[in-house]
This record gives sequence, structure tokens and C-alpha cells, in this order.
Amino acid sequence: MLVFDRVYKRYPDAEDALLDVSFRLHKGEMIFLTGHSGAGKSTLLKLIAVMEKCTRGQIILDGQNVNRITDKQIPFVRRKLGLIFQDYKLLQDRTVFDNVALPLVVAGNSYHEIVRRVRAVLDKVGLSGKEKKYPITLSGGEQQRVGIARAVVNKPKMILADEPTGNLDPELSTEIMNLFTQFQQVGVTILIASHDRGLIEKMHNRVLHLDHGRLLQDCNETT
Amino acid sequence: MAAYCKIAMKQPRAKQKRPTRTGLKIKAYLQFHAQALFSSLGRLIRSPGTFSMTVAVLALAISLAGGFYLLLANIQQLTGNLEASNQISIFLKHEVSEVNGQQLVNELKTKPDISNVLFISKRQAMGEFKQYSGFSNAFDALVDNPLPNVIQVLPKDALTDDILFNKLVSKLEQIPEVDFVQADMAWLKRLQAMMQLANRSIVILNSLLALAILFITGNTIRLELQNRKEEVLIAKLVGATNRFIQRPFLYSGFWYGFIAGIIAWVLITVIVLLLQHPLEQLSELYDERFNARYLNFEETILLLITSASLGILGAWAVLNRQIHQLKPD
Repeated sequence: MLVFDRVYKRYPDAEDALLDVSFRLHKGEMIFLTGHSGAGKSTLLKLIAVMEKCTRGQIILDGQNVNRITDKQIPFVRRKLGLIFQDYKLLQDRTVFDNVALPLVVAGNSYHEIVRRVRAVLDKVGLSGKEKKYPITLSGGEQQRVGIARAVVNKPKMILADEPTGNLDPELSTEIMNLFTQFQQVGVTILIASHDRGLIEKMHNRVLHLDHGRLLQDCNETT
Repeated sequence: MAAYCKIAMKQPRAKQKRPTRTGLKIKAYLQFHAQALFSSLGRLIRSPGTFSMTVAVLALAISLAGGFYLLLANIQQLTGNLEASNQISIFLKHEVSEVNGQQLVNELKTKPDISNVLFISKRQAMGEFKQYSGFSNAFDALVDNPLPNVIQVLPKDALTDDILFNKLVSKLEQIPEVDFVQADMAWLKRLQAMMQLANRSIVILNSLLALAILFITGNTIRLELQNRKEEVLIAKLVGATNRFIQRPFLYSGFWYGFIAGIIAWVLITVIVLLLQHPLEQLSELYDERFNARYLNFEETILLLITSASLGILGAWAVLNRQIHQLKPD
């Protein structure tokens, strides 16, 4: 599903953010990406979502070399991904429904289809009945579930989550992780960047450990 | 972007015949366009301050341009009438009889460089003179009619071709029956040159105004884009194409131009309405040869299309650059 082959990333006038990173992610795998802050976790996620391009090496996502795509193709790569952020990145002046519907609207689905799928996914994340609410009126955990609903509503092949539980207490974090596990079970590949060691250890998943841009260990690797 | 997100909650419609996939895509596309069109209007109206200020400035610029155009059209109407009186008067010698004069008229009618010939006999001229001068009694005392027979000739292309015109005049002068030829076109030519100058000036002025309209809409759209940067970035992250992001902003540009166009039309009409009375007074002095002219249907449509297009173009010029530069981080 995802291949990193000797990837380097250097920002202008800065140290190398990623150094010689290689790994492979299989379809339906759920994997954690960990490391101190500034270790390159976010950079790695940005490379996958084509928010940045790597300086050297290759990144193959779903059989496509994302380093070689044109600007015009970027949106179509992103439609294969579901992105989840620590700060949720919800539109505060839009209802939950509109927030979740955005990827479907963007992809040009019909109104009928949008209503059907948004309702289904809100039901799945346990937010049915809150369609008309505004994000600001929801709790942190609920807001993150809106973020997750938005990420999965378009049935992406892969979910990228950047510190999805960073602002949540342990109980809510576990709930969110359970949601991820459910998506994994239906074949979605999931990459979660997190420094919540306790949570990661509890989950028994494969872990990539980054340190100053280098991939230190690749624990519990499955083949 | 409210355009793409704002989807009202409606109950799904009752089951219908299942359409094809392409059909669904097209329907979704049209739905989206209609939705974007009206939600962009709704969004503009929700911030009435910026909206009304921008529209006011645009409407003033458009009405200036339209006003100049209409002013020129009105003056052209007047000078057009003058050009129709662009004639050569041939005064025949005293001894030439009416019959001979009529023969000459028939002869002139066959010439290719003459478009119209009119014979005014001595008697006719006298009759008119008596009627209009108010000296009818004095003329009655005259034994002999002192007025000559006159032939009025309307030349072809006289105003566009100097050499041809002069050639025609000298040709007419050489006719033995002719006493003298009166053809003072200089003032008409001067007027025409002035009209050309005015025409050119207004084209230049209106181009500058069009440029101003482009900049004003462009700048307004740029600010709108800045205000909604967050939305744009999120839309990009969930896979929106640049074209998709541009669309509602282009519609905003359309609305700015279109609404300003309507207001400009009203302004222009009111101005002509205010000027109608003095214009009528003026036209009475010109034997009522022209009426105050308003924008006609085609011109109104053209005005609206032009202003709406300028709005879209101004928005597009800005969006094309700015949306590429907005990158999520």
C-alpha cells in the first residue's frame, strides 16, 4: 500500500528532517509512528499527503509514485487518503453535517448520495443526531470523531492521523483507537503518529520509531 | 467554499427510477453549480458592508463608462443629422430655363458619384422664400424673379474621400449652365474629426474604467480569499481541485459585476431622465431632429454581460495565482 524507499527530506536552511527512511506498509495494516517532537513524524505524514515533496528517494502510494505527480494530480492522491489532525481542523461556522460532507462534495457526489453516506458515517462514529450542531458546541472527543467521520466518509484506502488523541484524555483516546481498529478490520490501512507511549503499548501494533529524522526501529513488523 | 459545504438538511426524496452513473455525476455537477451560484450570493449579502461598498464603487465606474458612451451616442445622433444635409448646391445661370435645368438634373442623376439630386426651381424657391421670410408683400412688388434655379446634389462618399469630392465639384463647375457651386464641407469635416477624437477618447477612458473594475473586483476577491483561507486549506486537504475551490469565488466576481451593472443601468437611466427636459429644449432649436436617447435593449444586455464578465475576469486573475500559492502546512 505504501513504500518509503530511502527517503530524504531537507527544508531550505534547516537540518535534514528525514534521513534515509525506508519502510513498507501493507494493505489493512495499522501502524504507529512515534518519536520525540521534531523527530520528523509530521514531515513523514506530509510527504504521504503530498503537502511536501521529498528531496531524495521514492514514495509509492497505492502503486503511484507521489514524488512524480503534477500539481493537478495532487487532489486525486489526497482523495485516497483520510487525514486526521490533532487540532481537528473543523470549520467552526459549518454544521457537523457540512463538515463531514466536504470530501464528498469535493469529489462531486450527488446530494442524495452525500446525505446517505454522511448519515451512515456519523452513525458509525456515534454522532447520529448531531448533524445540525456546530463543532464549537461539541466536546473534544466528539469533535475528533467529526474529524474522523470526515476522514473516512469518502472510503479512503489509507488513514493518516497526526496525534489524533493529543488533546484527549486516556478514556476518550481509547475510544478513538477502537474506532481506528474497526476501520482497520474492514481493510483500511492506518498510520497514526503519536507520542502517547502508554496508548501505543496497549495497542500491540507495529511501531515505527523516528529519531532526528532517522528510522530507529521497526517493531513488531509483520510480513 | 460555503458553496461546497453548505448543504441544507433535507429529507431525501421519494424513490425514483435509478439513473445512470454518468447521469448522476452530471446531476451532481449541475446541483453543485446552482448551489454555488446562490450560496455565493447569500454569503455576499451576509457581509453587507463590504458588499455594498464594492458594488457602489463598481457601479459608479460602470455608469461613468456607460454614461460616456451614451453621451457620445446622443451627440452622434445630432451630427448624423447634419451629415444628411451634406449637399452641394449648384446655382444655375440666370438665363438657364427651368426645362433646361430639369434636363441637367436628369443628366446628373445618371452619374455614378452622385447619390441624390434635387431640383429647386426659381418659382419654388420664391414661394418658400415668401413663406418663411415674412416679406411676401415686398416680393410681390418685384417684376422679375431674382432667384436662380438651384440643383442640390448629394454626393457619394463625399466626406470620406477628399480627392473624389473636389473632382466632383470642379466637374460640376465646368458645366456651361452652372453659375457657381457652393460646397463648404470644411466645418462638417472638422466636426467629424472632433467626433472621431471624442470617440477615441471615450474608448480609451472606458478601457481605463474597465481596468479599474478588474482591479477592484480582483482586490475584493483577494480579501475574501484571505478571510476564507482556512476553508480553502481544509478543502485542499480533503482533495479539492483548484478549479473546485475557484468556482464559488468566480461566482462572487460574477455577482459583483452583475449587480453593479444593474445599478449602473439604473443610474444612467436616471441621469438621462434628469437631462431629458433640457435636451428637449435644445432639440427644439434644432427643429426637433433628435430625442434624448436611452440605453436600448441590446445595449442594456451588453452592459450587463460586460460588467459580469469583468467581475469574473478580475476574480479569475487573482484566484489563478493565489489559490496555487495557498498550500496546507
